[in-house]
Amino acid sequence: MARRFSVTSQPGFVFLAMLTFFLLYLPVATLVFYSFNAGVSVAIWEGFSLRWYHTAMANEAVQEAALRSAFIAFIAAIIATISATMAAIATTRTPEYPGLTFKYAFINQPLMVPEIVTAVALLIVFSRIKIWTDYSGLGYLIAAHTAFCIPFAYLPIRARLESMDLTLERAAADLYATPFQAFRRITLPLLWPGIIAGFMLAFVTSLDDVVITEFVKSGGQETLPTYMLGQLRRSVTPEINAISTIFLGISVLFVTIFFLISRKKN
Amino acid sequence: MAHAAHHAEAARRKDIRNRWMLASPALVIIFLAAVGPLFVMLVYSFLAKGDFGNVKWEFSTQGWFNVVFYRDIFDDTLGFADANMTIFWRSVRLALITTGLTLVFGFPTAYFIATRQPNKRDMWLFLITIPFWTNILIRTFAMQEIVRNEGIINSALIWMGLIDSPIQIMFTEWAVLFGMTYVYLPLMVLPLYASMEKIDFRLVEAGYDLYATRLQVLRRVIIPLVKPGMIAGSILVFIPSLGAYVTPSVLGGGKNMMLGNLIALQFGAGRDWPLGAALSITLMVIVTAALLIYVRNAAKSGGGAHG
Repeated sequence: MARRFSVTSQPGFVFLAMLTFFLLYLPVATLVFYSFNAGVSVAIWEGFSLRWYHTAMANEAVQEAALRSAFIAFIAAIIATISATMAAIATTRTPEYPGLTFKYAFINQPLMVPEIVTAVALLIVFSRIKIWTDYSGLGYLIAAHTAFCIPFAYLPIRARLESMDLTLERAAADLYATPFQAFRRITLPLLWPGIIAGFMLAFVTSLDDVVITEFVKSGGQETLPTYMLGQLRRSVTPEINAISTIFLGISVLFVTIFFLISRKKN
Repeated sequence: MAHAAHHAEAARRKDIRNRWMLASPALVIIFLAAVGPLFVMLVYSFLAKGDFGNVKWEFSTQGWFNVVFYRDIFDDTLGFADANMTIFWRSVRLALITTGLTLVFGFPTAYFIATRQPNKRDMWLFLITIPFWTNILIRTFAMQEIVRNEGIINSALIWMGLIDSPIQIMFTEWAVLFGMTYVYLPLMVLPLYASMEKIDFRLVEAGYDLYATRLQVLRRVIIPLVKPGMIAGSILVFIPSLGAYVTPSVLGGGKNMMLGNLIALQFGAGRDWPLGAALSITLMVIVTAALLIYVRNAAKSGGGAHG
């Protein structure tokens, strides 16, 4: 018998797929590689060193920006996750009712509009409010981040809810549990993996944002991405590679946890 | 009977009211910090431009006029705003080519993943997901390492003896194109995979039984089956490419502006907020049109493409 005929294979597809994976990781690998460069160049290798990690860690602007990023992401992700959980409960496990489609569309709206458009629209409104109220704190950034994080938090929570039926909640009600008790003891524990996944997606989304933050931030409110954007426009040393590598490590960590949580569900 | 029906109706009303209450925090936040500002921007596009940025509160269609036309400041003659048209055309062109390139690379990749053993697919998908969740700025910067004059492409070409001095790729449209293809590729692979995963390979087998070649099977069986995924992926890539800001500003420099950069410029050095607002709304209209085409197609091919 000759070689078995494979129904699924297509000529060149495996090669193109391998090429794609290679091209997908080559730039990032290069970036990580040069973060360990002993020299000041991001193109000429001069030996292994951790000096740029020390430089980055000791850089006060980086520390401050990183802390601010984490703070904004944390607050925005918490508010987004709570409101997305409530919205998910309101829009699942129900027959069609007036306003349901509207809610879907409205909650997903931030995903449909190009970021730059939302960014300049927020700039217009917030600059006016800044003049009226004289307040120029982090509140604007937190509000903006919360809004675009809601759809990301909403997605996994809604998916989780849709896979749960109402039997247990009904049983709880039959046993005279109040709606709050049923929620606290039945719905919430079952929904928890979805909520965690939603929180993590929201957190990473906020942490990654460049465009909206760039336009909404007031003076002295650099986040890590806007700080990096500023640096990229000037000269580049491996310090940026080191910061990127640390940032990358954090993102990979989050994605891995998210991946494991959503896999356990199945 | 009538009483019971009345009761059920009241309970249903109460349920709907509760559901509005529950959804209200999310709706209010999105209204205040995403949807509402878009309406304010619409108003701003019809105001006169302020002397140092911002606006004057008087009605004017100058912003919209400036999107398409240009009045010479010296002899007052009217012409088309060539610079804007060039940028519009470049944005649409680069977004379309990016979509095409991500399809060329993304299709075989998604197919490859979908045809692995089920327990191995997760690992390959994970490899696609990691870049997807990596900061866009980091990925753009990583691409810069590839296309810069001392970058990998030029070093490799010089090493192979094909060229003597580096080719300028950085700050050209090519750099923007490579960067956007790189950054948005996962957005093509994921929906494509979602529809390829559902291919019933008995149909493919039937094609081969009827003496179809591999190419015929691809064209007549596989592609029609995964068309919803192809459309979904194309839309997901086209929309952010058209409004791209970070990638063209880092890799393209000042000479290769796209719409996103043109909009940003009006709120920075350009100091023409009404024009910027009008350009933003134009961009949004194009995006909405693309989305509507997608929704109609998705409805036609029966069911969502995200499956």
